[in-house]
Amino acid sequence: MSIFEYNGSALVAMVGKNCFAIASDRRLGVQLQTIATDFQKIYKIHEKLFIGLSGLATDAQTLYQRLVFRHKLYQLREERDMKPETFASLVSAILYEKRFGPYFCQPVIAGLGDEDKPFICTMDSIGAKELAKDFVVAGTASESLYGACESMFKPDMDAEELFETISQALLSSVDRDCLSGWGGHVYVVTPTEVTERILKGRMD
Amino acid sequence: MESVFGLVGKDFAIVVADSSAVHSILLHKTNEDKIMLLDSHKLMGASGETGDRAQFTEYIQKNVALYQFRNGIPLTTAAAANFTRGELATALRKNPYMVNIILAGYDKETGPSLYFIDYIASLHKLDKAAFGYGSYFALSMMDRHYQRDMTVEEAVNLVDKVIMEIRSRLVVAPPNFVIKIVDKDGAREYAWRESIKDAPVIAS
Repeated sequence: MSIFEYNGSALVAMVGKNCFAIASDRRLGVQLQTIATDFQKIYKIHEKLFIGLSGLATDAQTLYQRLVFRHKLYQLREERDMKPETFASLVSAILYEKRFGPYFCQPVIAGLGDEDKPFICTMDSIGAKELAKDFVVAGTASESLYGACESMFKPDMDAEELFETISQALLSSVDRDCLSGWGGHVYVVTPTEVTERILKGRMD
Repeated sequence: MESVFGLVGKDFAIVVADSSAVHSILLHKTNEDKIMLLDSHKLMGASGETGDRAQFTEYIQKNVALYQFRNGIPLTTAAAANFTRGELATALRKNPYMVNIILAGYDKETGPSLYFIDYIASLHKLDKAAFGYGSYFALSMMDRHYQRDMTVEEAVNLVDKVIMEIRSRLVVAPPNFVIKIVDKDGAREYAWRESIKDAPVIAS
């Protein structure tokens, strides 16, 4: 029994043409038992920056609270929002601080940086950043997600097509993982708007 | 293993706990009250390590009271739940409390609410929740029969169905249960469901 597989999660982020999408499953479980089917794993840091936290739910909640705190302080001091690259470095530093007693979380960060250029990255539980140009995945369903994304992804998709692709990749991957699923939660972010949608998949 | 469960109805919330105090193979008493009244409109049902349960719930109760003394207004249920989660999370990597909590409350502005708090400080707001071996039966019965906005009578009917299921299907089923309710008139004991009555303690 791995501590990363205690609660169960699936997270994916994809880059499109001047937009990005980030999606998660909705299950909160305690090993084999499902506790909730509406658990939030993707959090908004600011209008153009989202972070998804997979892994142990308690650490995801603690980490999110710490990150919001740090970002609010940053906003007060700098009088502007954090760039996604900066935020990723912040998350990496906070995770590495706990190198010998880590948060059992794998974050997926997605945002629009300078000139609304999409930025995605993931990292492991001790803050090793993994930048990607196309997609990043995390969670108990990550292996299935890698396969699904690799085959379904095309560069420069627009927001509508990106939504379809990421939804199909998420739903087909969580169907092969017993610890994640019970629907999906997808955010599609363009420079002008944020669209949040709930997916209905196999509810098991 | 201790069973605690709870559900939200129309303008009220109910929390039910078994009332056996067990040490290894010995049943010390069958009228142990595991649902603490945090303040006039909050209930905290707890299951887990006996000492931790008693100490931790009392600690939360006193801190909720302190907030009211200092600030002149009571905490909302959400605030009390987040405070409890914070205390569990802080202690988690030092000296964890092995207590699972179902916190139910009634707020004038938002109505009844119920929070599930794991012993590792995972927090989630739910309509129905359960802990312990009894949860396998409680969650299934509630999934089948629960509806939104149930009346007190319907909810107690459901509670009795769950207790019947636990009594008949759990090999080490607890004999007695206590039911507490919280609504706009406050938190109070609703009923006991006893199949064994302890002899009353005679003062010497």
